[in-house]
Amino acid sequence: MEELRKLVSEAVGAIDAATDTQVLDALRVRYLGKKGVLTEQLKGLGKLPPEERPAAGQAINQAKQAVSDAITARQAALEAEERAASLAAGSVDVTLPGRRQALGGLHPVTRTVERIIDLLGQLGFRVAEGPEVEDDYHNFEALNIPAHHPARAMHDTFYLRDSEHLLLRTHTSPVQVRVMESGKPPFRVIAPGRVYRCDSDLTHSPMFHQVEGLLVDEDVTFAHLRGVLDAFLQAFFEQEDLKTRFRPSYFPFTEPSAEVDIRCVHCGGEGCRVCSHTGWLEVMGCGMVHPNVFAHVGIDSERYTGFAFGLGVERMAMLRYGVNDLRLFFENDVRFLRQFS
Amino acid sequence: MRISNQWLLEWVNHGLSPEELGHRLTMAGLELDALEPAAPAFSGVVVGKVLEVAPHPDADKLSVCQVDDGSGGPVRVVCGAPNVTEGMHVPFARVGAVLPGDFRIRKARLRGVESSGMLCSAKELGLAEASEGLMQLPGDLAVGTDVREALGLDDTILEVDLTPNRADCLSMAGVAREVATLTGQALRTLELPPVSAQVDDRFAVDIQAPDDCPVYAGRVVRGVNAAAETPLWMRERLRRAGLRSLGPLVDVTNYVMLELGQPMHAFDLARLSGGIEVRRAREGERLVLLDGQEIGLEDEDLVIADREKVLALAGIMGGEASGVGETTRDVFLESAHFSPMAIAGRARRHGLHTDSSHRFERGVDPDLPTRALQRATALLCGIAGGQAGPVVQATGTLVPEPEPVVLRAARIERVLGAPVDPAQVTRILSDLGCRVEPMAGVWRVTPPGFRFDLAIEADFIEEVARVHGYEALPAVVPSLSPDLVRLDESRVPLGRVRDLMADLGYQEAITYSFVDPEWEAAFNPEGAPLELANPISSELAVMRTGLWPGLVKALRHNLNRQQERVRLFEIGLRFNAQANDLKQESVLSAVACGAVRPDQWGEPTRPMDFFDLKGDLESLLSLSHASPVFEAAVHPALHPGRSARVMIDGRPCGWIGTLHPELAARLDLTQEACVMELELDAMTRTMVPKYREQSRFPAIRRDLAIVVDAACPVQQVLDSIRSLEIPALRELIVFDVYTGKGVPDGRKSLALGLILQELSRTLTDEEVDEVMKGIVEQLKQDVGATLRA
Repeated sequence: MEELRKLVSEAVGAIDAATDTQVLDALRVRYLGKKGVLTEQLKGLGKLPPEERPAAGQAINQAKQAVSDAITARQAALEAEERAASLAAGSVDVTLPGRRQALGGLHPVTRTVERIIDLLGQLGFRVAEGPEVEDDYHNFEALNIPAHHPARAMHDTFYLRDSEHLLLRTHTSPVQVRVMESGKPPFRVIAPGRVYRCDSDLTHSPMFHQVEGLLVDEDVTFAHLRGVLDAFLQAFFEQEDLKTRFRPSYFPFTEPSAEVDIRCVHCGGEGCRVCSHTGWLEVMGCGMVHPNVFAHVGIDSERYTGFAFGLGVERMAMLRYGVNDLRLFFENDVRFLRQFS
Repeated sequence: MRISNQWLLEWVNHGLSPEELGHRLTMAGLELDALEPAAPAFSGVVVGKVLEVAPHPDADKLSVCQVDDGSGGPVRVVCGAPNVTEGMHVPFARVGAVLPGDFRIRKARLRGVESSGMLCSAKELGLAEASEGLMQLPGDLAVGTDVREALGLDDTILEVDLTPNRADCLSMAGVAREVATLTGQALRTLELPPVSAQVDDRFAVDIQAPDDCPVYAGRVVRGVNAAAETPLWMRERLRRAGLRSLGPLVDVTNYVMLELGQPMHAFDLARLSGGIEVRRAREGERLVLLDGQEIGLEDEDLVIADREKVLALAGIMGGEASGVGETTRDVFLESAHFSPMAIAGRARRHGLHTDSSHRFERGVDPDLPTRALQRATALLCGIAGGQAGPVVQATGTLVPEPEPVVLRAARIERVLGAPVDPAQVTRILSDLGCRVEPMAGVWRVTPPGFRFDLAIEADFIEEVARVHGYEALPAVVPSLSPDLVRLDESRVPLGRVRDLMADLGYQEAITYSFVDPEWEAAFNPEGAPLELANPISSELAVMRTGLWPGLVKALRHNLNRQQERVRLFEIGLRFNAQANDLKQESVLSAVACGAVRPDQWGEPTRPMDFFDLKGDLESLLSLSHASPVFEAAVHPALHPGRSARVMIDGRPCGWIGTLHPELAARLDLTQEACVMELELDAMTRTMVPKYREQSRFPAIRRDLAIVVDAACPVQQVLDSIRSLEIPALRELIVFDVYTGKGVPDGRKSLALGLILQELSRTLTDEEVDEVMKGIVEQLKQDVGATLRA
């Protein structure tokens, strides 16, 4: 018995010391195999007197069980170690950057136009388009700006060579005319697009973008114009308390006409370089559609009234994103463009 | 328009600070541009009188003067001005005075003579750009008075930006009327007593263009002294308005223009012959203008002529030959009304813009000529002497009297969204100079002759709103009826196209629609771009027929700024004129160069090439239902072996390729670039998805390696297989192209993958073998393909 106890303790010691599963397998064969030490002990039972056999058999089986349990436990421990080692070997530096294609982005002018479309779209304004090479009639005549009108001088128009009546549109207002002459009121449209003026310096680009808006219905008033533009400007700049101011102005195609100022978004009205120390920033022109414009497109101005507005996209983008040089919009420097991605 | 507040106060006591006044004007539509002091800050300068002038003992150009500055005994001052004379009144800066530019006057010793102060020129006081000598002050100014007070220099100039409809405010009288209306203060009117004739000289006036010139008043003034000094008060007012003093004859006409708004002209009577004719110019006539410029005249031009020659461009500028000068003794004063239609556009055509044309184009009060002439005569005779002849007035087609207009209270409310107090309406319109007859719910309003912008009801509503104040009107967000518009699902939204381009790594660019004709020709040598008649520069002179010139220029800009990997796209119009048919087509264009991916560690990198851009284009086209076909074709801007025409539904819709190496070299591009351009319309047409049943049975893939001529386009191989219209063929993949060892010279090997699947059953190997056999047969026949050994 004593011998058996020694054998078990020796075996368990060797099993616990086993460093890999191969050594463990060898130990299993050595103690529990067909010719294993403990198996041999069982075979030796026959030599014992019959009355001792049950007790000895039980003892040997207990010893076998103990060794087997030790092997199973050690086996599990060794496998766990090996799995851990294999996982450790497969680890990566997660701080390395991922494999990716670089994303591009939209031009700040597009971004601004989309924002305007999204905002005014909520009020049901839909996008309309018109040609950029426009005719004199739609750009001027139908907008109550006859030939030689002094307002034409303010437009610095690009004309096409070899054409009497073609020009690059100086504003998006001709789209108003095109929309109205091709449909029936009510109208609720905005027309974003490129416009052109023969003027180039620090604050003027020969090409820039405008968004025109037009609302015509049976009871549209100047109060509505103010309400819509106030709400729009507050939403655009995300300032609920943004102060606006409507100043009388003159556009041949609206009457009454107004220019809309907002409280300087840079200094909050204290006066700074951005607002030329006036505390106000001019952001758009607007007014009630002039009866002569309605007459040109065959709309009864006694029955219908309407308002129109126009804003400069680059100006809005500059104010919104803090861009301080108009020319940046057309240099297409990717370091500039990426800032709006 | 520069308005002296001091002068304005003589017309209307508005009781406002200049800042408040500026704000009121701005909020009434006369936008304040700037407030400026009439003179820069200076102090300690008084009216001095030169008592004695003696030569400096030690310097030829200096004098030693005794000056009375009102402080008691005479002050000794050394002076270098050549015009210093005994008895003259001059601005005198005492010791301790501070002149503009923070220039402090101290006691000084000039070549051994002590000097206690300084006699000043107008320039030194900031009252002129340049001066010759000391500023002569009127002799009636009390010695010792502060010069700022004596000259009224503590005045503010309001610079107001007038809109073109407000020609009536191009005068002090007009601004004053506006201010009186805005403030409710009384408007002082200027008494203009007629100056009766003292001589009998008449100069005949004949209006031959009656529509262009409704009224022409003129008058001879004999014996004027052209060398007389324009009084300081008038010079100051001219200066504050931004005009230079040019002698009394011109100053008086300019002054009357500023005061009343009537542009006038003074002719030297000695240089006129016969009489005045107002007529259109005759073919071939020429005129040398006052500014020395010679212009050729056309029938469109209205001129003032005498019996022999053209004297002036009517309402725009006088001629050099008939102008007044220092030797002028007798003048003929012109005060006429020219119709806006006769002047508008004419000045600009000659490259001119004058105070006179500015006013006539916009409209001058047709009742003004005679009154202005009286005013000018009185001023002129007062300053330069002379005896006036009788007023000669000729008339053409008179401007019709303004018609009364009905203004409805209900309409005011309907347009503005709120009613305006009727008493307020009456007051506003009356103050503006209208004749107003209030009736039940309406007014009969007759505008004054000087308001060319008031003719219909809406004009008066604007006036009421403007003076009443926009800020006093309500702001209401209208309750708009929801409007469910049709959304066309068979169109790819433009935003999706843009977003995909951005996601593929492209930055959106916006380039000018006008480009350099040389660049345009380099990209499209056969094109005939639209030319601008008045380009901003020769480099922006033609309309683009495609977007590549602008994009490649932007690419170069970036490459020159250390950006090596650039992807740009633009959506915009291109302009093509074909046989009088102008096409403005929306296209998407892109340019790309540099590594296929940004520098990174995980994969070997390589320069992007044709197929990378083509892949992007295919991704883009997969948004639509288009199944594009790429045909090898030659484009002048593209590498002849790496360019393709993009066909959609059998129609050419765009180009893709590598930029021609010679063109790239010419444009100083440092890297190979790929470009594409596609009609937007063709690529955004799609279909509303329609469900098709999908097979539940397994698909079978067979690969096929064939050898064809190296020059044989893969498209032909694909077309050949597709021509069999095999119903079970689901997908056809090209997964390898190989030339080299094992493939005969002049041939290439293609590896194709075919995926076959039937909807209702599993395909058998025998069936697939049969299909593959048919394909090999067809390929052999169509493109001479052999199976790769």
